[in-house]
Amino acid sequence: MLSEVTFAGFGGQGVMLAGKILAHAGLDEGHEVVWLPSYGPEMRGGTAYCNVVISDKPIGSPIFAAPAAVVVMNRPSLDKFGSRVKPGGLLIINSSLIDATSDRTDIHVVRVPCNEIAQGFGSAKAANMAALGAYCGATKVVTVDSVKALVKETFGAKPKVLDLNYKTLERGWQAGEEGLAAAKKKIK
Amino acid sequence: MGEKKLLKGCEAIGEAAIQAGAKAFFGYPITPQSEVPEYLSKRLPEVGGVFLQAESEVAASNMLYGAAGAGVRIFTTTSSPGYSLMQEAVSYMAGSELPCVIVNIVRGGPGLGGILPGQGDYKQATRGGGHGDYRTPVLAPSTVQEAADLMIDAFDIADKYRNPVLVLGDGLIGQMMEPVEFKQRSTQVVEKPWATTGAKGRPPNIVNSLYLDAPTLERHNIKLKAKYDAIEKDERRWEEYGNTGKLDILLVAYGTVARVCKTAVDEMTKQGIRVGLFRPISLYPFPDAELRSAARQAKAILDIELSTGQMIDDVKAAVEGRVPVHYYGRVGGIVCTPEEVAFHAGRVIKGEQVYTIGEYAGLVTALTA
Amino acid sequence: MELVFKNTTGLVSVPRHYCPGCTHGVIHRMVAEVIEELGVRESAVGISPVGCSVIAYNYFNCDMQQAAHGRAPALATGIKRVRPDLTVFTYQGDGDLASIGTAETVQAANRGEKVTVIFVNNAIYGMTGGQMAPTTMPGQVTTTSPAGRDVNHCGYPIRVVELLATLRTPAYLVRVSAHDEVHLVQAKQAIRKAFRYQLEGRCFSFVEVLSICPTNWGLSPAEASQWLANTMIPYYPLGEIKTPDDGPVTEAHHAQ
Repeated sequence: MLSEVTFAGFGGQGVMLAGKILAHAGLDEGHEVVWLPSYGPEMRGGTAYCNVVISDKPIGSPIFAAPAAVVVMNRPSLDKFGSRVKPGGLLIINSSLIDATSDRTDIHVVRVPCNEIAQGFGSAKAANMAALGAYCGATKVVTVDSVKALVKETFGAKPKVLDLNYKTLERGWQAGEEGLAAAKKKIK
Repeated sequence: MGEKKLLKGCEAIGEAAIQAGAKAFFGYPITPQSEVPEYLSKRLPEVGGVFLQAESEVAASNMLYGAAGAGVRIFTTTSSPGYSLMQEAVSYMAGSELPCVIVNIVRGGPGLGGILPGQGDYKQATRGGGHGDYRTPVLAPSTVQEAADLMIDAFDIADKYRNPVLVLGDGLIGQMMEPVEFKQRSTQVVEKPWATTGAKGRPPNIVNSLYLDAPTLERHNIKLKAKYDAIEKDERRWEEYGNTGKLDILLVAYGTVARVCKTAVDEMTKQGIRVGLFRPISLYPFPDAELRSAARQAKAILDIELSTGQMIDDVKAAVEGRVPVHYYGRVGGIVCTPEEVAFHAGRVIKGEQVYTIGEYAGLVTALTA
Repeated sequence: MELVFKNTTGLVSVPRHYCPGCTHGVIHRMVAEVIEELGVRESAVGISPVGCSVIAYNYFNCDMQQAAHGRAPALATGIKRVRPDLTVFTYQGDGDLASIGTAETVQAANRGEKVTVIFVNNAIYGMTGGQMAPTTMPGQVTTTSPAGRDVNHCGYPIRVVELLATLRTPAYLVRVSAHDEVHLVQAKQAIRKAFRYQLEGRCFSFVEVLSICPTNWGLSPAEASQWLANTMIPYYPLGEIKTPDDGPVTEAHHAQ
């Protein structure tokens, strides 16, 4: 097993946290993991992204020219990373903030309204959980229980926030599963 | 055995130093290693240690001198421009034979350069860096776990030889998170009868690098040389990865670039190419005899660096002209991808000379299209 | 027979290299006597600078470190922070402390490092052969100010004690002189007080000692003492400029 994903968005959208939770979940399930952030001025409001690699073997490169999956939370991230997805790979687009889509026919494109899902449960701030859920739901790289345990660790002190994140994660998970199934039909 | 924790490289480096018995940290913030002082400003007081933010890298490194002279395990971390400012103290510590550990999380240069990963400080690190005839052992980790392990080893090497030891990372090592396990180690208690701890019941100890009498300084220089000879004999570290024996190509890379190359080796091996990787872990002493041996049956070597060709001189010297040495690298903070390494290795195998930098515009797109 | 004088145990009994008439020797002795009298020789770590007193490590009979030019306060910080039980002092000249080591001096004082700095100000670079110092007097001829120090070209001499006194952190800051016997008595009292403040863990302590350099001033020792009294003391006033009992420097203090 080897999964590589890039989470990208603007600073403050929580893409770093989404990646960290994924990496932790991979570690908790006994895999090798790497989480690699962009850093520096990019972190102060510009485009931020992180790479997460989960594997059964020691991980070589933490960077890749063509990731198997990319999750984009805003338009500049789509422009920067959309073209890099490996053929046959997965592109998850936060359709709440991105009207455009990818015209690539060699990858699976899944549009998930991350902000709207989170807003529906109380706050758009949890949009990153919808995105994380969508990626995990589509790829099943880790189990929902592992992710939930980490979400609890992160937000456990605030029951309301925890509930918002749980529900957003679950709805995102479902959207990812269904979206990938639909995208696969389209490619066939 | 401890449990595996997901830690940023910078945090792992700080924690490993504490596990190694470091009592104090004097340093100055600089990207991309500021997470080390941030971590230690909380952590060191918890274990009864001392954290002090100095006014500059010049001062921080001279505080190291004082504390090392007083006999405690001491270290600092910095990044390229900061390490340049520390050269004065490093030279004095080498001359005064003081043990300490310095971590350079290398960024792009020269000058203010950039904050993204680089390997442009290779020669500064491996040739001494400051004035005078001295060397510092240099250890280059390629994973966060290895960074933690080498930190602990660095303290032992520093104490063993009474010499500064450099751990050379880059922005990737500092910033990435990987699982780390701190192995239980017996804390080596090294007697330091030379330290300035108060002249109670013994003649005064003097920590000094000044020898105005030429024959005395010559004896001192020869004594230091004997120490470096011992280091060159006993402290060589390297890793071989992938295929061995008859090779179409042998990649040589260190640090995070080496792990990029491991992925390239895996991919190329799947395509039936006989490729191996030689990774120097100690950059000084450079494992030259070991590289010569690994390259004996290789048709060519491809040296890959995040600089415009610094380690390549050591690689060429090691193989003594028996194997053609090609070069490929990226600079400016761009890290080459496994695809890129495989592409250029393929060019070497086809007989094309590869000695280029940045001829790569649009290559990622070309490779993925 | 009654013993009326003996060498201090704070100094090693070896010939010293200082020029005839130089006051380094007597300043060494005062510091060493204070170390002996306070009973801290076995816990003392001294730091020698770069300059005339670079090999002071051969003279003081306690543990010594030799610092890079100007960095003695950083070494002192490193030692004292990891070994607060040690008695740490630096011995520095004007080029070392007030020029290349300005940052280390000011920052150590501002952090309130519990160390003692002995600052020997003789208004010239001695070891390198009489070049201009940051404390060289206006109009004073040196090998790099052959027409005399031009304050329009390189500014006025730095009054280090007054400069440090502007810092809010409590400190003991005093200026004394070594040019005659009366002043030497005052100087030793100040040095003793400075070490006391350190031993009590109270504050950073700093003793500036005005000193003569007959060789590089081109004067006899007697003339040099006169020149110090007539030229330096009016510009560098003697006395305790700040004590920890003054408390932190306040805004009102600055407004005066």
